[in-house]
Amino acid sequence: MALLNILVYPDERLKQVSQPVKKFSEELNQFVKDLEETFHSFPGCVGIAAPQVGRFERIVLVDVSQKPQHVNHGFLVLVNPEIIFYDGTSLGREGCLSVPNYTGRVQRAKLIVLKAHDVNGEQHEFRMSGYEARAVQHEIDHLEGKLFLDRLVNRRNALTKRTELSL
Amino acid sequence: MKNWLMLTLVGKDQAGIVAKISQALFDLKGNLGETSMTRLGGNFTIMLMVCTPEKKSTVQEKLQAVCDDLELFFHLDEIEGGLHQHVEPDVRISIHGADQAGIVAQATDISNKAGLNILNLESDVVGHPGNPVYILHMEGVAGNGIEVLDKSLQIFALENDVVVHVTPIDTMVG
Ligand SMILES: [Zn+2]
Repeated sequence: MALLNILVYPDERLKQVSQPVKKFSEELNQFVKDLEETFHSFPGCVGIAAPQVGRFERIVLVDVSQKPQHVNHGFLVLVNPEIIFYDGTSLGREGCLSVPNYTGRVQRAKLIVLKAHDVNGEQHEFRMSGYEARAVQHEIDHLEGKLFLDRLVNRRNALTKRTELSL
Repeated sequence: MKNWLMLTLVGKDQAGIVAKISQALFDLKGNLGETSMTRLGGNFTIMLMVCTPEKKSTVQEKLQAVCDDLELFFHLDEIEGGLHQHVEPDVRISIHGADQAGIVAQATDISNKAGLNILNLESDVVGHPGNPVYILHMEGVAGNGIEVLDKSLQIFALENDVVVHVTPIDTMVG
């Protein structure tokens, strides 16, 4: 087990697009364990993506269970995640391990249906809403080389512009 | 210890204010910190933090020339503190209703008594000029909890026939 180093913006590598995982190996298992340990070393953090620690593969961890007021699926290892359905929009505040000392309002889909493999390569489907759906969308953005900074909604215009935004 | 100045500036809105002020500060080797620049009515307003090796009097002189040109008023203050001092809000309050005198004063007084520390506030008057609607947004820290704040503000809403939404801000970090 090892704590991994978090890449911090403006590190250019955070803009890299991550590649799909092809082999569900023991090495992948070991990496996910390290990623999990790193993830849980940040109290209050509910998600992490592999590229945040410099591994550009499509792996994210999400765990909203520490916030029981939000409906959630507990600790999830999502490999090659794919959102196959979006519905509704919601505005909420986000922060990021890779962008210390800043939070901002971001528009996300309210409800998503997600397909992903687990660490053993088995495929699952999840229906998520609200906070957990937000976390997953934030992490999948990392796989695309995107940060929440790319999606900030201006405070003053948050009310009037909301219907003009596309996801 | 870095020397930070707070620049307060206001004047009739016209194209190029931000660019010209920013350029003047850049020429003074100034680094901008947190800033708020916005159009209010037909005016343009700036409040910004700037850190420069130059003396306040030098900055004053340079800005005076630019502002005279653009017919802007400004003020400079030496300030303590600096960057990386963000406080995270945990509640967001929106209020809207028919425009009426004293609504901000009352709403903020009630919020203050219910423990709210306001981090930012923005308000607008919209709608038809003959029948204006007031919209107010605040974000802050609810020192006594969100329920206490919501209760006080909902009473205020009933008494003043306005709509108040108190929403917790649960920042997602990932
Ligand atoms: Zn992030």
